[in-house]
Amino acid sequence: MDATERPVADLPAQRDGQEVIHLDRVEKVFEVRRRAGLLRREKREVRAVDGLSFSVGRGEVVGFVGPNGAGKSTTIKMLTGILTPSAGTLRVAGVEPARDRARLARRIGVVFGQRTTLWWDLPLLDSYQLIHRMYRVPDARYRENLDRCVELLGLGDLLDVPVRQLSLGQRMRGDIAAALLHDPEVLYLDEPTIGLDVVSKANVRHFLADLNAERGTTVLLTTHDLTDIEQLCRRVMVIDHGRLMYDGEVAGLHRIAEVERTLVVDLATEMAPIALESARTVKVEGPRQWLAFPAGQPAAPIVAEIAAGWPLVDLSLREPDIEDVISLMYAGRSAG
Amino acid sequence: MAHGPGRAALYAAVAAKGFRRYATYRAATLAGIFTNTVFGVILAQTYLALWAERPGLGGYDQAQALTFVWIGQSLHMAVAAMGGGSEEELMERIRSGDIAVDLYRPVDLQLWWLAQDAGRACFQLFARGALPLAFGALVFDLALPASPGTWIAFLTAVALGLLVSFGIRYLVALSAFWLLDGAGVGQLAWLVGMFFSGMMLPLNVFPGLLGEVARVLPWSSILQLPADVLLGVHTGTGLLGVYAFQLAWAAALLAAGRALQSLATRRVVVQGG
Repeated sequence: MDATERPVADLPAQRDGQEVIHLDRVEKVFEVRRRAGLLRREKREVRAVDGLSFSVGRGEVVGFVGPNGAGKSTTIKMLTGILTPSAGTLRVAGVEPARDRARLARRIGVVFGQRTTLWWDLPLLDSYQLIHRMYRVPDARYRENLDRCVELLGLGDLLDVPVRQLSLGQRMRGDIAAALLHDPEVLYLDEPTIGLDVVSKANVRHFLADLNAERGTTVLLTTHDLTDIEQLCRRVMVIDHGRLMYDGEVAGLHRIAEVERTLVVDLATEMAPIALESARTVKVEGPRQWLAFPAGQPAAPIVAEIAAGWPLVDLSLREPDIEDVISLMYAGRSAG
Repeated sequence: MAHGPGRAALYAAVAAKGFRRYATYRAATLAGIFTNTVFGVILAQTYLALWAERPGLGGYDQAQALTFVWIGQSLHMAVAAMGGGSEEELMERIRSGDIAVDLYRPVDLQLWWLAQDAGRACFQLFARGALPLAFGALVFDLALPASPGTWIAFLTAVALGLLVSFGIRYLVALSAFWLLDGAGVGQLAWLVGMFFSGMMLPLNVFPGLLGEVARVLPWSSILQLPADVLLGVHTGTGLLGVYAFQLAWAAALLAAGRALQSLATRRVVVQGG
């Protein structure tokens, strides 16, 4: 199935027939005990997820964003079956995750950016061999998937390297490959580009886009980096305080809050604000200038233009953060 | 959880990886062998003084007492008497929340860690067991058996002892689900284990009720019983009795581990974002 060819407007119809993830009024309540005196302890309920309902159709790539503590990770954990919901129903690939964790595990792939599924002390290939057995991937299929991942993620030279010696970006690519060797129908990615440099981020995004286009893998992507969303997803869900604040096209998010990247350039001398078609200069401070441009747009042409016309000394790129968007959303609501 | 030949191959592979992981750190292993040997010499001198004062203490002659010391040193790392077992890693994974990664795999958590610990123990038994014992046998006058049958009986008892040891350590590790920092429980478990396994003094040295109690607790399966099998104390039906005792404790502890595991994974929060 080729997801990229499908117009966004078809989404609701597609959800009827082949939905892969379905949540209906899901809640997760944690009980937190707090000291309230010398011996007395106070019990307090924390609603990490509060009546969350959504569905994701087969082959969709959906961004799942929200600030820290919004309930994203709790939701992902319920979707993998690690946590049991306090209320509501939840189904992934026709399976109730918490009840049938082991069966679901064969059909999903998970990448937690801040954790690793790889064996720290052993060469990368050893981890893949274990996964091969763990998921009972047929030999030919395993070989095919491994070759593909090795080629597209550039793992060729790394297979014999112990995982502890890999850089963060290499480790992340290794982890993404590990999550895909058993042909999962659904892939959960929790901050897959966190801490990566610009080139590694771009590589990971390219790989995921290709994976979705060629294999039709459904992807649920949690991230802080809105550029990930801009470049990979057409649908985005924004969650805060355990509730869905926005669910729709990425383009729709722009109407609420213009998602922009910021280029910070250091010029050789103090100059008048840089005037460009593709970016607007938002701030000037001595020889340093800040230029904002839409996050969906590549930075390279803008950089080239500045380098050609101005005495450029140094530059850095600030990615838009979901916190910015959420605060704009709240601002928009209270104003309207 | 599905079983069958495919699963057996998986857990065998996990055990093999467990073995390889520890084999990676050669310098640490060499340092460990040195430590075990030095500690064995110190303990052997202490036992020599004790048995010179009280010959036949606990029914052992001097050579048997020294053999007990070196068996203790050679099993020390394999049974993780003072830590160094897979339970430490498991505890750390629970504390940091990395346990989430283990839980979304299509494997059984307990079998997974048992396989990993078995691989680790095999490595430690060869690397940090065989060499100190060989050194002890060269330098001291030990009562090692000549019959290969006794050695096989001994290794069987060691394997069952490892199962019991894992059963205890797995329970200790799972406590981290509730306590988060399981270090205190871990240390308490080592102390109790050191004493009741016979790592400090053979259990048959203790008179009266203390000795009676110590001999029926699970820890006696870890060192006292295997050592006595090697020393030829248990043969024939007595040997079968030893195995039955070890098996019963292993089954009880592993069953308790399973119960605690399902309780832990059902109600406890996985840490971290």
